[in-house]
Amino acid sequence: MSAVRRHGILPGFWPSLGFTVLYLSLIVLIPLSAVFLRSASVGAEHFWKSIAAPNVVAALRLSFSTSFVAALVSAVVGYLVAWVLVRYSFPGKAVIDALVDLPFALPTAVAGIALTSLYTDNGWIGRHLAPLGIKVAFTSIGITIALIFIGLPFVVRSVQPVLEDADAAVEEAAQSLGATRWQVFSRVIFPMTRPALLTGFALAFARGLGEYGSVIFIAGNLPMKTEIAPLLIVSKLEQYDYAGATAIAAVVLLSSFLVLLAINILQRRTKQYLEVS
Amino acid sequence: MKLIFLTMAAVALVQAAGPVKLLNVSYDPTRELYQEYNAAFAKHWKAKTGTDVQINQSHGGSGKQARSVIDGLQADVVTLALAYDIDVIGEKAKLLPANWQTRLGNNSSPYTSTIVFLVRKGNPKKIKDWDDLVRPGIGVITPNPKTSGGARWSYLAAWGYALKHNNNSEVKAREFVTKLFKNVPVLDSGARGSTTTFVQRGIGDVLLAWENEAFLAINELGKDKFEVIAPSVSILAEPPVSVVDKVAAKRGTTEVAKGYLEYLYSDEGQEIIAKNYYRPASAKVAAKYVAQFPKLSLFTVVEIFGGWQKAQKTHFDDGGVFDKIYAPGN
Repeated sequence: MSAVRRHGILPGFWPSLGFTVLYLSLIVLIPLSAVFLRSASVGAEHFWKSIAAPNVVAALRLSFSTSFVAALVSAVVGYLVAWVLVRYSFPGKAVIDALVDLPFALPTAVAGIALTSLYTDNGWIGRHLAPLGIKVAFTSIGITIALIFIGLPFVVRSVQPVLEDADAAVEEAAQSLGATRWQVFSRVIFPMTRPALLTGFALAFARGLGEYGSVIFIAGNLPMKTEIAPLLIVSKLEQYDYAGATAIAAVVLLSSFLVLLAINILQRRTKQYLEVS
Repeated sequence: MKLIFLTMAAVALVQAAGPVKLLNVSYDPTRELYQEYNAAFAKHWKAKTGTDVQINQSHGGSGKQARSVIDGLQADVVTLALAYDIDVIGEKAKLLPANWQTRLGNNSSPYTSTIVFLVRKGNPKKIKDWDDLVRPGIGVITPNPKTSGGARWSYLAAWGYALKHNNNSEVKAREFVTKLFKNVPVLDSGARGSTTTFVQRGIGDVLLAWENEAFLAINELGKDKFEVIAPSVSILAEPPVSVVDKVAAKRGTTEVAKGYLEYLYSDEGQEIIAKNYYRPASAKVAAKYVAQFPKLSLFTVVEIFGGWQKAQKTHFDDGGVFDKIYAPGN
């Protein structure tokens, strides 16, 4: 808002805002509102029936819980990876840095097939887990692993630039004032990177909710047990039940939006807190 | 801008002068069949009319393919896994008349197929018939009937078998199919996915497969690893074909599209069909290839289930019998 009053250095506030709104409408808002309109076209009863069926509830629960756990793991591991990539230099660093993006580039189906091959009872990793009684492929653990694979780069790429920009002088000041290494991390560095970490977590979580290609191969797809929400959307479409499919989609969409919104608000708060303190 | 316009004009020109183009939208396992058939038809059409014809193929799950056509994919002909999917194209998008299935011989199915078992070499679990699939400890691999046309055929085949062996008791049939699906450790979303699970990952003892897929798997992966087992009874799968009237009329391909489907019934077409392990409609060609196909008694969807629309509604729609198999407390 202040841009209007101040007549700031950057010209063209209105044209750029207009372009933003137009662009967002074409690319994001219109397709998304089509989802809601379509799901609303059938009336509340069909909508409710579509999303309250036991297998749909089970699938939604599975999708949300696995995405949450996966995003949590991605947050921890991704933070570590970003830390290592920023703070240390070692041979092959450039290669590892590039490797992080690979899950973005790889067709998700390829990732799914590769992970399934590794984790089935006769796969390289599954072979050693099976005698211990741990089954990964075709269980919710497998789904979570696929989602971690997909979600990791979101966290790394969100945290990395912030860590890079972190002012070394602040750390040194903390140290010279007698802070221990743990205190420097937990009181200085971590608060600076927390908004970025939250963003990474939210992106990984939202992506996990919608992920189809990589999960479908490792999930096993047993109704009530390992059926994810996106699969139910596909199977509704297979029955030409467009309304039912969009009803599930609307639930996933709305909850992703709420999660992203909550995290954005949280982020803004931490930022304000940082600026004040 | 000018450049774009010129390119477009050039493309239009090339299209006008080039061969007639035909798009055949088909389901997954017909890839090899139509590859061979398209070449043969192009030759035949050139000899007959003097025009070149180029046939493009699109493959995918049968239901998904039907949906693409409904949503606007410009298919001149559809060759799908089950009549229901073509019915829906007529119903929802009005692209073809309701009586489409009477327009060509044999209910518009130039070839038929069935569901057989693929087991590991030597048949270590001694799987001979449907009864063996519900034994405890047998791993059965089949895709999810909600997303795969082939899996729907397998499901109905098992149901039909159970009816026949239990004096047509629906209750017993349901118990039988429920027990069978308890033995399924993974439900892939499509037929090729299930083949991978069984063949590459080594999961399960028996794969419920299209007859032609089972033979293809054996030819490609070696006869020393797998065997085809024919159950005593199975279902007669009739994958139908049809011209998509409105699209063909709009694109001016009605004649060649008709010719394309009719030639499937010719001796050459039927030979190609048999060579690709589909059962030919022509008695003459069928007699020639009789040794290739296992003998088993086949029933149709109409005989047992009263048609696809009904079968789909009772068994596979949401809240249907298949959903109840997996309902809590079952």
